[in-house]
Amino acid sequence: MVTLVINGEERRFDGDQDTPLLWVLRDEMGLTGSKYGCGIAACGACTVHIDGAPSFACITPVGVLEGAEVTTIEGLSESGNHPVQEAWRELNVAQCGYCQAGQIMQAAALVDQYDTVTDDDIDAVMSANLCRCGTYPRIRAAVKQAASAKAAKSGNQEAEAQ
Amino acid sequence: MRDSPIINVSRRGLLGGMGAGALVLAVGLPRPGRAQEEEPEFGRDAMPNGWRDDPKIFIAIAADGLVTVTCHRQEMGQGVRTSIAMVVADELGADWEKVRVDQAPGDEEKYGNQDTDGSRSLRHHFMPLRRAGAAARTMLEQAAAEQWGVDVSEVKADGHKVSHAGSGKSLGYGELATAAMDLEVPERDSLALKDPSEFRYIGKGSIGLVDNMDITTGNTTYGIDVKRDGMLYAVVARPPVYGGKVASLDDSAALAIEGVERVVQIDPAEFPTEFAPLGGVAVIARNTFLAMKGRDALQIEWEDGPNADYDSESYRETLSQAANSPGGKVIRDEGDYDEAASGAAQTVEAEYYIPHLAQAPMEPPAAVVEIKDGKAEAWACVQAPQVTRLRLAERLGLPEDAVKVNVTLLGGGFGRKSKPDFVLEAGILSQAMDGAPVKLTWTREDDIHHGYYHTVSVEKMSAGLDAEGKTIAWRHRTAAPTIGSIFAPDPAQKLPFELGMGLLNMPLAVENIRAENPQAQAHVRIGWYRSVSNIPHAFAIQSFAAELADAAGRDQKDYLLELIGPARQIDPTNQGDVWNYGENPDVYPIDTGRMAAVVEAAAEGIEWGREMPQGRGLGIAGHYSFVSYVAVAAEVEVVDGGVTVPRVSIAIDCGAHVNPDRIRSQMEGAVIMGVGQALMTEVTFAEGRAVQDNFDTYLVPRMDQAPKRIDVHFVGDDAAYDRPLGGVGEPGLPPVVPAITNAVFAATKKRIRRLPIADQLRS
Repeated sequence: MVTLVINGEERRFDGDQDTPLLWVLRDEMGLTGSKYGCGIAACGACTVHIDGAPSFACITPVGVLEGAEVTTIEGLSESGNHPVQEAWRELNVAQCGYCQAGQIMQAAALVDQYDTVTDDDIDAVMSANLCRCGTYPRIRAAVKQAASAKAAKSGNQEAEAQ
Repeated sequence: MRDSPIINVSRRGLLGGMGAGALVLAVGLPRPGRAQEEEPEFGRDAMPNGWRDDPKIFIAIAADGLVTVTCHRQEMGQGVRTSIAMVVADELGADWEKVRVDQAPGDEEKYGNQDTDGSRSLRHHFMPLRRAGAAARTMLEQAAAEQWGVDVSEVKADGHKVSHAGSGKSLGYGELATAAMDLEVPERDSLALKDPSEFRYIGKGSIGLVDNMDITTGNTTYGIDVKRDGMLYAVVARPPVYGGKVASLDDSAALAIEGVERVVQIDPAEFPTEFAPLGGVAVIARNTFLAMKGRDALQIEWEDGPNADYDSESYRETLSQAANSPGGKVIRDEGDYDEAASGAAQTVEAEYYIPHLAQAPMEPPAAVVEIKDGKAEAWACVQAPQVTRLRLAERLGLPEDAVKVNVTLLGGGFGRKSKPDFVLEAGILSQAMDGAPVKLTWTREDDIHHGYYHTVSVEKMSAGLDAEGKTIAWRHRTAAPTIGSIFAPDPAQKLPFELGMGLLNMPLAVENIRAENPQAQAHVRIGWYRSVSNIPHAFAIQSFAAELADAAGRDQKDYLLELIGPARQIDPTNQGDVWNYGENPDVYPIDTGRMAAVVEAAAEGIEWGREMPQGRGLGIAGHYSFVSYVAVAAEVEVVDGGVTVPRVSIAIDCGAHVNPDRIRSQMEGAVIMGVGQALMTEVTFAEGRAVQDNFDTYLVPRMDQAPKRIDVHFVGDDAAYDRPLGGVGEPGLPPVVPAITNAVFAATKKRIRRLPIADQLRS
C-alpha cells in the first residue's frame, strides 16, 4: 500500500508496488494525460513532476513514492493557464499532440525553476522529450515565450509590491 | 488474394503487376454497373465510396447557435480537424468561436471515402466541403426569407446570422436552425460559393488548432486512452520473425501472477498477411503493467518459418546484385540509353542504399474493442476506419453493420495506422473474453519489432555526359521489396503506384532514359511510411544529380535546374507513370516551371553560393510528389565526422492554401523527420529479427539534433482556389535527405550513398 498526493489529492494504491507510476496514473487513477511512449525513460512522453522535479513516470515504481507529491498535466494549472500552456496554444506548437503533455511538463519545470532560459538550456533539458511530428522549433520558441511571459509577470508583481 | 481487397483506382486501368493502383486500400465493394467504356474517374471521384457534399451529413446547428462540423478524415497531426472546420465554417458564414468539431466513425456509405493517407484530405474534399457549407448557408437564408416573407435574394447570411437589409431584421443561425435543416438541400449547380476575397478563415493564418486546449491540459483521447467500464488490458507476444508461429507454450508462470486473467493464443497470419494480426500469445490482465509482466513470464518457443534467415546486411548485397544486373523489367525507355552512354565523354555510376524504417508514431498502435448483443464497437487510432470496420467484421464473423469503429485522435500515424491489425487483435481478445472490453496496447518494442516497415532499397544510377558535361544518357535501376507483397503472393516487382512516386514522374530534360526494376523479395511486412517510395527515389535521383554536377564541374543548383529543363508541362503518362497520384494528368500535369521555382526559392532562402567556412557546406534537392513541388536547401556542419544541420530552407508550391500555418508546420516536421533519416534512423534485421528495440536504439532526432533554423517559403499562387490543390502532409519529406547529404559532400568531399550517415564520416 502506498499513499501519495496526486494533483493535490491524497490517493492510495494497494496493488503491485513495482507498478510504474505511469500505469497507476493511467489505468488505476483515470489520469490519461501522461502518455506511454517507450517505457524506458527514452522519450519523455510520461513526464510528470514528483515533488516539483520533472520525472519519468514510466520507470518510477509507485512503491517508492510514499508521501510524494505528484503533478500531472491535468494538475499543472487551474485552468490551463500556466505560461507554458498559454505559449503552446499561442504558437500552435502541437501537431498530433501526443507527446505534448510530457513536453509541457518538462518545459514548465524549466521555466518555473529559472528566470532566464537559453537555447543551450532548451537543448539540454528538452532533448529528454521526443516528438516524431517534429515540433521542436515551435517548442523552442514557446519555451522562450513562456519564460518571457513569466519574467514580465513577476516583474509586474514586484512593481506592484513596491 | 482475397476478394477485391484493393480496388484499382488508377486511371484507365493501365496497371501492371497485380493491379493495385493506389495507396488506397479500398476494401469496399467494387462499384456496381460500371461500363468498361465509361470515362475514367480521377481524384476524389475514383476513390472507393467517393465523396459527399450533403450539409446534413457534415453540419449540425443547435438552437443556441453552436455549429458542429463532423470531420470524416482522421487527425494525426496534420491539422485536418481544424482545416476541415475552417472550410465549412467559412462557406457557412459561421463565427469561428461558435464552431465545434465532432469526429465521424468509420462509415463510408455515409461520409464517402475516409482513408486518410496519400496527402489528399483537402485536395479531395476542399470543394465538396465548401459546397456543404454553402448549401447550409443557402438553407439558412431560405428559412429566414420564408419567415420574413421576402425574396431570398434580399437576405444575406454572414457572421452567424441572416440579415435583411431592407427591414433591418436579423436572425441568428441558432434561431433558424430547425427550419433551415428541414429544407431540401439546394441543387449542387445552384450553389453560390464565396469569392475567395470574402474568405475569413481559408488561407488566413489566424485560426488556432481546435484541439489546442485539450492537448495542453491533458484532456485529449487517443486510442491508448480509451476507458470502458470493466475493461481489461492486454499485450501480445508475437512471432519474432515474419511468418513464424508458436511451437510450444508454457503459460503457468504468467497465469500465477495476481491480476493476470487469461492467456489467449492468436492464430498465425497466413501469407499474404494483409492486415491480419501476426498471431502469437496474448496476456489479458487487470492493468497494462500486469499484462506486460505476464507476457515477460511466458515461456514460448517459436517456429520461425521462411524468413528465419533474413539478414539486412546480406540482403543489401542481394539487392545490389539485382540492381547491378541487366534484364530487370523495363519501366521507362526513351531514346537509346545504351547507344548514348557508349558515346559519352564521361560516364558516372553510383549506388544508393536506403534501409528499413519504422514509422514509430509516438502513440504506438492501441485499441479497445467490446462486443455486446452481437455487436462489436471499437475505439481506435486508425487512418482507415472503414477498412478497419470491414476487416474487424470479417475476423469476428459479424455483419458489417454490427461493427462500429469510433476514431480517436491519432498520436501520429505516418502510415502505420492505416493498417488495422492491432484493432483486430483487440477484437479477437474481446471475443475470447465473452465480449468484455479489452484494451490492446503495443509496447514500443512491439512497434519496432513487428512493423509494416518502409521498404529497403538499392537504387543504381548510371549516366553519360557529353564533352560539355551535359547529361545525355540516364539509367535508373530500382530494386526494393514491394508493398504489394502483403496483398498477394509476392510479385517481387514494384507496383505502378510505387514507381509513380518520384521515379517515373521525375521531370528530366534528358533524351535517353531507361529505368529498370529487377525483382526483389520481401522478408518482412512492407508498408507505407510518410511519402513512401519517394524516399529512396528522391535520395537516389537528387544525390545523383549532384554527383553529375560535380563530374561536370558545375554548380549543383544550376545543374539541377538544367536537368529539370525549360518550363513546360509534362503528361506523366508519357513517362510511363499511369498513376499520377490518382489524379487527372490534364488537370495535374508535371509542371517543370513550378519545380524550378521552388528550387530557386529554397536556394535563395539559404543564401546559396555564399562562402562557407571549413567543415560547412550547402546542399540542395527538389522533388515532385503528391502533386506538390518541394525543394530543400540545407546547411550542414561536420566536426570530427559528426554531422549537424544548423539551418534548412524549404520551399513548397502546393497550389492554393487552406491553412497556411499547418502547411508551415508540416514542412517543419518533414525537415526534422528527414534529418533523422539522413543522420541516424534505421531498422536492421539479423536472423529474421529486428535488431533495434526502442528509442534507445531506434534513433530519431531530439531537440538538440533539430535544425536551429528552418525557414519555410511559399511559392506559387497560394490563392488560386479555382485550381486543384496539392498535397501537404508528405511531399516535404523526400528532398530533405538528399539536400543534407549533398551538403555533406560540399563540406567534406565525401559522398554519402548509404543511409543513415551514422558514423560513416568518423575515421
